[in-house]
Amino acid sequence: MSPPLLEARSLIKHFPVRRGLLSRPVGVVRAVDDVTFSVGVGKTLGLVGESGCGKTTTAKLVLKLEDPTGGELRFEGRDIRGLDAEGVKGYRRAVQAVFQDPFASLNPRMRVDAIIAEPLVTHERLDGAEVAKRVSRLIDLVGLPERTARLFPHEFSGGQRQRIAIARSLALSPRLVVLDEPVSALDVSIRAQILNLLRDLQAQLGLSYLFIAHDLAAVAHMSHTIAVMYLGQIVEIGDAQTIATRPRHPYTQALFAAALPSHPAETREEMVLSGEVPSPLNPPAACRFHPRCPHAMPRCSTEEPVLRETDGRQVSCHLYASPA
Amino acid sequence: MNGSRSAALTVAWRFAAFRTEGFPIIACSILGGLLFVAIFANVLAPHDPEVGALGERFRPPVWQQGGSEKFLLGSDHLGRDVLSRLIFGARVSIVVGFTAVIVAGVLGTGLGILSGYLGGWVDQVIMRLTDSWLALPALTFAIFLAAVVGPSEMNIVIILGLVYWTRYARVIRGEVLSLKERDFVRLAIVAGCSKRTIMKRHILPNVLNSAIVLGTLMLGVVVVTEAALSFLGVGVPPPKPAWGLMLADGKKGLMAGYWWLTVLPGCCIMLMVLSANLLGDWLRVKLDPQLRQL
Amino acid sequence: MSDAPLLELCNLSTHYVSARGTRVVRAVDDVSLTLAPGSTLGIVGESGSGKSTLALTILRLLPPAAKITSGAIRFEGEDLLTKSDGEMRRIRGKRIAMILQDPMASLNPLFTIGDQVAEPLRVHEGERRATAWTRATGLLKSVRISAPESRVREYPHQMSGGMRQRIVGAIAISCAPRLLIADEPTTSLDLTIQAQYLNLLRDLQRQHQLALIFITHNLGIVAKMCDQVAVMYAGRLVEWGPVTRIFDSPAHPYTRALLESIPRMGDSRDRLTAIEGQPPDLAGLPSGCAFHPRCPQAMAHCREEAPPETALGPSHTARCWLNVPAVAR
Repeated sequence: MSPPLLEARSLIKHFPVRRGLLSRPVGVVRAVDDVTFSVGVGKTLGLVGESGCGKTTTAKLVLKLEDPTGGELRFEGRDIRGLDAEGVKGYRRAVQAVFQDPFASLNPRMRVDAIIAEPLVTHERLDGAEVAKRVSRLIDLVGLPERTARLFPHEFSGGQRQRIAIARSLALSPRLVVLDEPVSALDVSIRAQILNLLRDLQAQLGLSYLFIAHDLAAVAHMSHTIAVMYLGQIVEIGDAQTIATRPRHPYTQALFAAALPSHPAETREEMVLSGEVPSPLNPPAACRFHPRCPHAMPRCSTEEPVLRETDGRQVSCHLYASPA
Repeated sequence: MNGSRSAALTVAWRFAAFRTEGFPIIACSILGGLLFVAIFANVLAPHDPEVGALGERFRPPVWQQGGSEKFLLGSDHLGRDVLSRLIFGARVSIVVGFTAVIVAGVLGTGLGILSGYLGGWVDQVIMRLTDSWLALPALTFAIFLAAVVGPSEMNIVIILGLVYWTRYARVIRGEVLSLKERDFVRLAIVAGCSKRTIMKRHILPNVLNSAIVLGTLMLGVVVVTEAALSFLGVGVPPPKPAWGLMLADGKKGLMAGYWWLTVLPGCCIMLMVLSANLLGDWLRVKLDPQLRQL
Repeated sequence: MSDAPLLELCNLSTHYVSARGTRVVRAVDDVSLTLAPGSTLGIVGESGSGKSTLALTILRLLPPAAKITSGAIRFEGEDLLTKSDGEMRRIRGKRIAMILQDPMASLNPLFTIGDQVAEPLRVHEGERRATAWTRATGLLKSVRISAPESRVREYPHQMSGGMRQRIVGAIAISCAPRLLIADEPTTSLDLTIQAQYLNLLRDLQRQHQLALIFITHNLGIVAKMCDQVAVMYAGRLVEWGPVTRIFDSPAHPYTRALLESIPRMGDSRDRLTAIEGQPPDLAGLPSGCAFHPRCPQAMAHCREEAPPETALGPSHTARCWLNVPAVAR
């Protein structure tokens, strides 16, 4: 098996909370707390979880928009923390992103060809003709007409803008693209178009994706592996279809039970959680999910569970752990 | 129903109150008119504004008793034609006003962008500078600087620029702080752009709108300050005509009933400031997509 | 339980007219449907379909640029279009209530929760402050907010998103309305919170015999919560009927395409069936049937004439030439 493209090992990101006149740190937001995962070449890792679970922060860490507080992030075997300027530039060529809001992703004052060409002109010394040729090829790759190049973003619909954003992310032939809710802000009838496009591009170009979305069905459809996050930790990780059809962690079960049906006759076992998602500033002790878990045992509030191989995937839950 | 009547009233109200949905024709006409007058002052003014005929002092405007057609709007304490002085005064106000606004704008926007985007100690230094600068009352500060460097038209422009850049810096910095979090800036970072490129290509064009709106709003403030400085004798030096200076000179004549020496220049100042404000208000609504009605 | 419908929309049309009268946008075009008391209707559509405008039309909360150009809105037998402003004000909040998407925007940050929940009680039922607060506390309990006695004194910013949406729900049901219109009420909520909230709405509905109209782009909500579904496209009602029937065999190609384009859990299709093209611009609609440029089954006639509404059964209509045998052949 080929080595993974991206590997996170015990990744940690804590944000200090400061208060008071002298901005003294009074607490820590454990946004990402000891997270381990990997993304294979040409594969998609889907990250799911609700607000405060840490998936957005994980995306920022992968994109090097934030630096980790602890742990390792390895890309093609090399730790991206110790990279010099040259190394960072090389990393940026290989790792790109598409964000949720197609209306905010494009500079309203730049023409589409300039927007798509920006990564190119930043990294390479190409003459105008070569740049134009590459831009034209990218526009075609995402299924937009040629005249797109000279227009401004506001002349396009949400779905078309997202295609422009995708074209731009592919300008440098990256190896990994972080997709943060790429279709959530789009009309329902357009989502399928964009998801299909993303899958086609993956097959064509051998891209790896880190796919973040709250639409579980979309994540299950697009991903090879799924990681379920809760309050900064991964509670379950494994093959996408396995987890989608037979979730094991109680939170995963609740999450997939909460997903809306696709047919009125489709009944799902009701598993409604009590309470709200706690704040990452003050996560519960030991198993962070235990206050809301319908299967909580005394052990859950005293001993923190670890990820263990169970039934074809990894689960962090005492229900599946060997007796203490 | 009373549809047509209420519609007519609405249109009248909007026109009269220069409502912001429509292009502020009146405001722009006034500003345009002032600009025209300023450019063609030499041609338009009937007399030399700096030369007075001592025999014709304190002539009231033509429509009052004692007025003459030679001095349409009257004459001042040195026999100089008020109309001509107002016309040339427009030139001073416009030149000083616009130039000062541009100087303040360039300085303030530039520092605001650096401060907002770079953060850290750059931000701290610039903001402390802005804070302390802002703490000084603008007029007093301007007077102090004028007293130090001596009054001249060029100096006044620089002084006003130095006094008012802080207004820009504050506002622009705020905008940059929120722009920084926008996705397209994040994507530019992910694409590998340098900070300088991002500030130039992504931040600057997107704050220009605010800078322009702020400029039109500052125009009024600057003109009033310039008038105040002239009024206090530290502005544009006499005998060059400036509206503020005319106010100062005319002040002495108020008790004697020579109202045109103060009211007329006052009206001019008011018209210019009001028009600039209305234009700025309209621009603000027009250029801010959030406020524009769909 | 009477058989008379609670709400009846008859050929309702709402147009936006530009300032000079040059551009007319038919945001809602000739919509007819009925809603039985205590039942749930889902109005489904994408951006620009007119679904939100339809909701505002029913409550007559349209902006000045919009005009209801034709049709009738019969609520409990009375035509709402003939009501004066004062009468509408007495209906809104008391007999018909509305919930919007963003709970933070629906709540005033400067007033306590108690004040805001009590407000409709004081306005519509003339309750005094003390009794209104007591009832407000009871309402918070009925929307499953813990420790309601202390919550009434708190402010919106101290609540989570899910709690705020429930508070908005409490305000909506405070005067026991017969109809509740919810415009994308769960879009801003997390999945598990959404599940809690939808269950709450269903329980409230059963307790109070409340009719619900869900305005949403999410067919999942329709599948879970609704008895009937109305599909809107470019301002027109393209299909309306019982939810199971429509999910099983949609009569309109748009409905069918929409259902097929949604990823399904446990369905390992390689490609989703996408709908080509873009949603239309309401100011420049295609000729004939607005969906024909994107319709996989478009016929020549579809470009020429907009299809009429055909009845496919009791309370089931569709607008498609495929359902008109004379043309479909």
